Amino acid sequence: MQADFDTLVVGGGVVGLSVAYGLVRAGDTVCVLDGQDDALRASRGNFGLIWVQGKGLGNPDYAHWTMQAAQRWGAFAADLEALTGVDVELRQPGGLTVGVDDDALTASSRKLDALGTALGIAYPYERLDLQALRERIPEIGPAVAGAIYCPLDGHVSPLRTLRALTQGFRALGGRHESGVQVQQIECLDSAFRVQAGDRRYHARRVVLAAGLSNQALALQVGLDIPVKPIRGQLLVSERVAPFLNYPCHDVRQTGEGVVQIGGSKEDVGVDDGTTIEVMARIAAHAVRCFPLLSDVNMVRTWGALRVMSPDGYPIYQESARCPGAFAVTCHSGITLAPVHAGPLADWIRTGVRPMHIESFKADRFHVQTH
Amino acid sequence: MFKPIDSRAARQLPTVAIHIDGRAVRVAAGQPLATALLAEDALPLRYTAVSGAPRAPLCLMGVCFECLVEVDGRRNVQSCMVEVREGMQVRRLNGAPRAGGMV
Amino acid sequence: MSAYTHDLVIIGAGPAGMSAAVTARQQGLSVVVLDEQPRPGGQVYRDVTKASPAVARLLGPAYRYGNALARRYADSGAEVRPGSLVWDIAQDLTVTAQQANLSFSVRAPQLLIASGAMEHPSPLPGWTLPGVMNAGAAQIAMKTSASIPDGRAVLVGGGPLLLLVACQLLRAGGRIAGIVDTMPAGNRGAALPHLPAALGAPAMLAKGLGMLGTLWRAGVPVFRRAEDVRMEEADGSRRVGAVSFSSEGRRQRLDADVVLLHHGVVPNTQITRLLRVAHQWSDSQGCWHPAVDAWGETSLPGCRVAGDGAAIAGALAAEASGAIAALGAAVAVGRLETGKAATLAGPWRARLSRQSRIRPFLDALYRPPAWLIDCADDTLVCRCEEVTAGQVREMARLGCQGPNQTKFFSRCGMGPCQGRMCGLTVTQILARSVGRDPADVGAYRIRAPLKPVTLGSVAALAEPDRITLPPAG
Repeated sequence: MQADFDTLVVGGGVVGLSVAYGLVRAGDTVCVLDGQDDALRASRGNFGLIWVQGKGLGNPDYAHWTMQAAQRWGAFAADLEALTGVDVELRQPGGLTVGVDDDALTASSRKLDALGTALGIAYPYERLDLQALRERIPEIGPAVAGAIYCPLDGHVSPLRTLRALTQGFRALGGRHESGVQVQQIECLDSAFRVQAGDRRYHARRVVLAAGLSNQALALQVGLDIPVKPIRGQLLVSERVAPFLNYPCHDVRQTGEGVVQIGGSKEDVGVDDGTTIEVMARIAAHAVRCFPLLSDVNMVRTWGALRVMSPDGYPIYQESARCPGAFAVTCHSGITLAPVHAGPLADWIRTGVRPMHIESFKADRFHVQTH
Repeated sequence: MFKPIDSRAARQLPTVAIHIDGRAVRVAAGQPLATALLAEDALPLRYTAVSGAPRAPLCLMGVCFECLVEVDGRRNVQSCMVEVREGMQVRRLNGAPRAGGMV
Repeated sequence: MSAYTHDLVIIGAGPAGMSAAVTARQQGLSVVVLDEQPRPGGQVYRDVTKASPAVARLLGPAYRYGNALARRYADSGAEVRPGSLVWDIAQDLTVTAQQANLSFSVRAPQLLIASGAMEHPSPLPGWTLPGVMNAGAAQIAMKTSASIPDGRAVLVGGGPLLLLVACQLLRAGGRIAGIVDTMPAGNRGAALPHLPAALGAPAMLAKGLGMLGTLWRAGVPVFRRAEDVRMEEADGSRRVGAVSFSSEGRRQRLDADVVLLHHGVVPNTQITRLLRVAHQWSDSQGCWHPAVDAWGETSLPGCRVAGDGAAIAGALAAEASGAIAALGAAVAVGRLETGKAATLAGPWRARLSRQSRIRPFLDALYRPPAWLIDCADDTLVCRCEEVTAGQVREMARLGCQGPNQTKFFSRCGMGPCQGRMCGLTVTQILARSVGRDPADVGAYRIRAPLKPVTLGSVAALAEPDRITLPPAG
């Protein structure tokens, strides 16, 4: 069987394209199979945070992996811009988690201290009281207690990032096929055969990065990838003059001046709708933090489905039954994009496992208890 | 840019005073703000937040969102969807407005 | 899920909504009507209850007819909520609206969407210049404020409404510098086979011929088969100063103070798209319409559409389809037997069929030219986010298969109009670029809010006692 490509990546979202971009950059021939216009796309509902603070409590690997990703973002964005001319609006001024009461702030700072201890470092953060927070954001509301500031955090335009990845991948000679719904993956002797409608593809390797569809696809290559949807609702405002120079955990202002507000985590199955109750709660929190948003118009809302593993950490797994078949899944596709395009793509290509991903194997969910 | 069909009849209609960028004018009562602004030739109504291009009403029926102005401190109000009221303060927009109040 | 507040919620108080309210009340249903305007009438009968005798005379008997309907509506006993902006509808048909920046919800087992039509977009170079408007807007100005364009008006496009507006402007003393008729040569031939059916509606044909006669007698220059139409800015004025175009092989230029565009009307599908009911693509009209059954019901049980929001057929047909949908709703809530409903619907169905007879002829005769959608790369398609046709085509080359990926990549359709002005154009440009049918390419996913609402007003809903119905009226 003659393979058409070194690697076939199933899924044209941020995760799939980051891996594909890394592979094609390293010299592989790669084809990305992307879904329909109305597919469930977590990438389209992405908030755009490059978020480090608090990540990895209970799993230091995840903290290291995330920090490494955030450090690589500058070079990654510069590469993309040089290749495509697309400015992904990367800003890493540090990020804020606004606390409405002192108890919440105390709980957050204890967590970060514990995380620092686990990592053997003094975790880089500051606890800001309202006065100190006001110095950074004069528009902060009086009904908040303060914030946790972490200098490692940042944000980026997820729209521009996905577009730049698509454009860059193509510019480097990658093949990008959209409107493709993969039905069948067969492991042949020296290649994989992937059937999608009347189209058929052959490749030496297959990377499954199809978000919530990974679960069903992975079974075909002997992998059990337990992911489920967790809905997040987002509110999007009209353009307003810039006022928010820091990304906050639930509120950020984009390069266009649009204010994005998020915050819900709902276990509601495959339902990407929006609800008045959650929109109201999200809006109320945002207005409490930033009272000036009260008479800003909300122009759009969004319900998007996060791709969550049972413990919330990524799953990177090669199939034992069908070597050459990989599953890559996570819910922090934007934050982790540079490591997916870098060390993770190298692992897929060369078999050399990077540091800090050992604990992201799928078999962690199948440990036999005695 | 617009004129009354019958200016003699128009002069006998009740009027209200509105303020366009601080300038007081009397306009016929009971009409949408957008037609009053067209009659006052207060064009363009705004410069866009994207490129600064000048814009004015297109549809007058609430679908195009070109006739956005600030009304009594509220930004981006469709002027074709509100009626003129006595004392109404209207400001034309230049680019993205500041959240929380005027410059 | 909230409790029912009424038997029937109607959105829109144009001919379909008013007629539905009257009919549903006759069958004893409790009805609430949410309408964005301060007075009933929709666009066709806009302000008919307050128009001066002179304006009513100018606009003619077809407009004045709406007054009687509006009176029946006012007397119907329906709960009327003018100035209500509907901004969300849940799948369980809970309708959330705002009056004076305060939100409230209503819910009934039956929902009728009668939100009408809008003008087909005319994405021409220079169409964002101040002074360039839709032809329908000029008519709305006559109805709402008894005013007309000051100076030279040039009308561009084609269709019955364009002719009607031209005649009404002339009658009102307006100056028409020319009609730039963009209907392609092939339309007449294509319309011919539908002429026999149209002859079954002689009054409508006569009205059309009468309008053409009026324009001819007034000496209005008509430039046929116009192409490559551009609106030009008057030097440094930040508004339109002229229209240039090619007609019958010659380049022409007309000075203009106001340019009025019109390429037909299309259903406003924003609400039905929010509800994700099934839609069909009409190739002849270049638009979507929701699929409805004989009683106006969509693919979502209990949700009906009537009037031009379901299919373009005009005000008299809208009145009929509104009544039929209300009878369907009455049957559904158990207030009317099926047989009785069929009898009551009979005369309305006869009217609907009479009114629809001329449509295939008009659709063919006034089908917008293909070049309108195949616009030049530098033409703005999305007016809000200022995205050009060329950028949309670039997105197609990048692999965007439909409007939603295109929106994500280019911001096209992300502005305050929420894709109303660019949706049809983007679908058709993509269809041509990727070589697929518009029906497969699809449409923007519409989400709440249906129109922008302030974050403060949404936040107020987080306090449960605020979600109560303010007093009607």
